Amino acid sequence: MTKNNKKIDKNRRKFLLAATCATGAVGVCALGVPFVSSMSPSEKAKAAGAPVEFDVTQVPRGEIKTAEWRGQPVWILNRTEKMLSSLSDKEILTDPESKSPQQPKNCQNATRSIKPNLLVMVGICTHLGCSPTPKLSKGGEMGNGWEGGFFCPCHGSKFDLAGRVYKGSPAPTNLVIPPYRYSDDKTIIIGESESKKG
Amino acid sequence: MKKNIDKKITGNGLMGWVDERFPLSSFIKNHLTEYYAPKNFNFWYFFGALALFVFVMQILTGIFLTMYYKPDASQAFASVEFIMRDVSFGWLIRYMHSTGASLFFVVIYLHMFRGLMYGSYQKPRELLWLFGVAIFLLLMAEAFFGYLLPWGQMSYWGAQVIVNLFATIPLIGPDLAEWVRGDYLVSDATLNRFFAFHVIALPLALAGLIMCHLVALHEVGSNNPDGVEIKETKDKKTGVPLDGIPFHPYYTVKDLIGLSVFLIVFALIVFFAPEMGGYFLEANNFVPADPLVTPSHIAPVWYFTPFYSILRAIPPILGSQFPGVAAMGLSVLIFFFVPWLDKSKVRSIRYKGLLYKKWLAAFVISFFVLGYLGTVPSNVWGQFSSIIPLLGGLDIATFFARIFTLIYFLFFIMMPYYSKKDITKKVPKRVIMK
Repeated sequence: MTKNNKKIDKNRRKFLLAATCATGAVGVCALGVPFVSSMSPSEKAKAAGAPVEFDVTQVPRGEIKTAEWRGQPVWILNRTEKMLSSLSDKEILTDPESKSPQQPKNCQNATRSIKPNLLVMVGICTHLGCSPTPKLSKGGEMGNGWEGGFFCPCHGSKFDLAGRVYKGSPAPTNLVIPPYRYSDDKTIIIGESESKKG
Repeated sequence: MKKNIDKKITGNGLMGWVDERFPLSSFIKNHLTEYYAPKNFNFWYFFGALALFVFVMQILTGIFLTMYYKPDASQAFASVEFIMRDVSFGWLIRYMHSTGASLFFVVIYLHMFRGLMYGSYQKPRELLWLFGVAIFLLLMAEAFFGYLLPWGQMSYWGAQVIVNLFATIPLIGPDLAEWVRGDYLVSDATLNRFFAFHVIALPLALAGLIMCHLVALHEVGSNNPDGVEIKETKDKKTGVPLDGIPFHPYYTVKDLIGLSVFLIVFALIVFFAPEMGGYFLEANNFVPADPLVTPSHIAPVWYFTPFYSILRAIPPILGSQFPGVAAMGLSVLIFFFVPWLDKSKVRSIRYKGLLYKKWLAAFVISFFVLGYLGTVPSNVWGQFSSIIPLLGGLDIATFFARIFTLIYFLFFIMMPYYSKKDITKKVPKRVIMK
């Protein structure tokens, strides 16, 4: 119909086609962002799972306190030198070197903690999810060989004072150490690892 | 057959009126009454039609279940029990749906085995096979999402384990798992989105893929137990394949017989053994989900157990479970490559040599053994005595799972070699009727 009977500029057409496709693709990607991010944890879930601050000075030496994080009990145990020295007997433990990933990397050490004395640990048995009872003192009702630790009343799993499981316990792995960091000397933040500062 | 499309069919009455506006008659001709399928189909050719039937049944029963089911962590378990006890015939509809899920996999596994046996993936049916594997993959996802919905202990912890598999992917893993769950643990958000995937996203995608699978099938035509291409021997006058018979009425009637037998088995399970001894519905799933209590033994439903076995068989490398996860993924995805792994000159197992038959048998045995091992704890056969070097202390079942995992993969990896080396028989020009 048009009087313009010039040759069709194919390169120009190709360029326009590619430019239109590229612009469209950018638009589709941008539109994807709200849909993809709608699937991430909601503000409500984030609030419920937010890191918890805990003042460690309220735990005297040799005592244990419980904080709550993501609906789970988290123990803060301030271990004495005596307690720490009891951690050396490794014969009776299933995983004395904490090889299974039950703790953050910076707690994969002899005491399973950042500061040797202060143990921060999820108080849920790795067997069937009961909450073990702290039996911190030696001997007593647990018998003469007991070095202090945790005892799960449901199925009799035993753990030492670093939450490492005794051989022969129904629990397969050591107790879980949550990610945590020191915001200052007195305060820990449970649920935040050291690498994620700020 | 193409000429039928060009020729306008002008009938009288209602059909003629419709045909001028919608290609109804020509569709029926092209895909049923004048669609020629090989005349030598056997037992193994029931399962495609049966799979389609089960798909429709799952959609129908599913629609009725969604009328009462509540995708809410605090109500889901109770709403399923409500369906079972208080909804009129709710128990029947739910058992049809749960039995249908298991039988879907029975039918699909037999359908896939048929493809392997008769070389139905070979040229020109590669794309047909690819669509099929994609359907299988989506079906697994569909079943997995559906299994969370009753919100029982096994639903919950099964989902927990599977979602945590994503967390083992290096770098992005933990964030990806969190994104899939929508929370820091499997929770209400997870249940709600799995419901969305289960009732609309995946069924839609499945319907689309099944459509593509059928379109591809009707483009290239069915293979048959002889692997002879029937389109190569046509009647010179009519152009109809000499070894072909119209799909309708011949195969619609045959499929009805297969369907009847299938429905008898189906009814026996639904009415007499809907839990199938814990294989179709696991005992632990009759306990409401509890995020604080882990069942002592978490096992997937039977149709996932071969792949779950492979996951467990691979030991962690450098403290990472990812190699096991990757192997499990590969054990499913490797089916995509079969059309290009098979270098055999013949299609059907009837004309393949002993070498191929041995490998296929080894594969089937390893699939069954892995399937069994996936249902039991890995210490089921005890440990090797500590006197034995290398193996001392290792779970015997784990050792066998590793052996059979190796055979499973070797079936595919070695296929280019043994299918080439295999001494094949001469393929006849026409199909053979027994």
